[in-house]
Amino acid sequence: MTQATDTSMVELQGVKKRFGDLEVLKGIDLRVDRGKIISIIGPSGSGKSTLLRSINNLEAIDDGRILLDGVQVNRPDLKGLAFERHINHIRQNMGMVFQHFNLFPHLSTLENVTLAPRKLKGMDAKSARELGMELLERVGLADKAAVYPSSLSGGQKQRVAIARALAMRPKVMLFDEATSALDPELVEEVNQVMKSLAEEHMTMLIVTHEMAFARDVSDWAMFMDGGVVVEENTPDDLFTQPDQERTRNFLRKHLASQA
Amino acid sequence: MDINLMIDITPLLVKAAWVTIDISARALFFGFFIASALVAMRTSRIPPVRWLARAYISVVRGTPYFVQLLLVFYGGPAIGLRLDPFTCGVVVGAFNIGAYMSEAIRGAIESVDSGQHEASRSLGFGRFATLQHIVLPQAAGLMIRSIGVLAIILVKNSSLVSIISVVELTYQAQRLIGSTYKPLEVFSVSALMYIVIIYAVMGIVEFLYRRATRYTYL
Repeated sequence: MTQATDTSMVELQGVKKRFGDLEVLKGIDLRVDRGKIISIIGPSGSGKSTLLRSINNLEAIDDGRILLDGVQVNRPDLKGLAFERHINHIRQNMGMVFQHFNLFPHLSTLENVTLAPRKLKGMDAKSARELGMELLERVGLADKAAVYPSSLSGGQKQRVAIARALAMRPKVMLFDEATSALDPELVEEVNQVMKSLAEEHMTMLIVTHEMAFARDVSDWAMFMDGGVVVEENTPDDLFTQPDQERTRNFLRKHLASQA
Repeated sequence: MDINLMIDITPLLVKAAWVTIDISARALFFGFFIASALVAMRTSRIPPVRWLARAYISVVRGTPYFVQLLLVFYGGPAIGLRLDPFTCGVVVGAFNIGAYMSEAIRGAIESVDSGQHEASRSLGFGRFATLQHIVLPQAAGLMIRSIGVLAIILVKNSSLVSIISVVELTYQAQRLIGSTYKPLEVFSVSALMYIVIIYAVMGIVEFLYRRATRYTYL
């Protein structure tokens, strides 16, 4: 088991999770260094989304340890409100982007971005607005600040969702199949935004079905199946010369379905 | 039909209609707080608190409003609960409608997509802040129309408080029939007033609904 060092941003040690009788994570070890990008691929039901969701405790793990920047995320010793306070604080340092965007439909695009910094960090309206506009600018949607999510396309919604997550100045960004629900022609605009984050050395964990993108953007790639990490390597090696039969089968099937 | 009589009795019935509105509005107002408390109880972490709320809702839904009214007004004094007729009408109306309204509110809260909770929690909002900033503003649009239907039931049910001699629309109508022997004319005017009140309620509900769901078509 690796020890946490000052270069590690996210670290998982022997993480286990079960839903009833089904063990979906069977002891996962993972380490993402500061500024690094790791992609997690694998078939549906492999546990990759559960893994990502357990990092910010949207799924509570049953065993193991999760560390963010040296601070333990899961705290079996804390109960009730004490844990609630702890996890709310931890989550402010992690941005999460969901497959189905989950924008707040009753708030304008700008308000979606500014709500958390205003309410959680006590930022005043003017600074929050400036921050919000800067982030919308960044994802190319400054002109949509006043509109409501219902009038945005899927790609635009996801870009707003990224801006919303960035507004808390997170130490790490978690992407849970961020482009899986998008029409093919809208995938690229979201990928572009993620790429620009990569260029700024944001630490990222990306669960994805976009093999080409994963290969292009990440520093490390991981193939999961049946709740275990089957194989991990540099993206070039994992995608071109996988060691494991299961990885080869998955990649073959996946490439065939995308062709 | 005696049109002149109908015109003559209108001012008296309008005055009584205000009592109907007054008693219903108060019952709705307090009923909303009772309903909110019941929703909080039903989502409590302490099982007996949840059971209590469910038992209460079952009792209210399982008995006629009329019986509840008589029970509290005539049975109340036996346990030291002495209410004047108007107050009794408000209290029983509020506790009655509160039980139904809690189900409407709970349903609306539960129909807000779970992804909304997750997005809010992932930003660092706690349970209460999520409810306040994310869930309730969306649930409001979903609950307004069901609350509107309950408000209409409340107005109609208020005719039953005539039995404990609150001088509202129906009681006043009965008194006028006693002195005029013209039930057709008197009840026609009072029915018309119920229609006016209920259409006004529906108008207010639609207005509030549009305001609460403005974001869906902006």
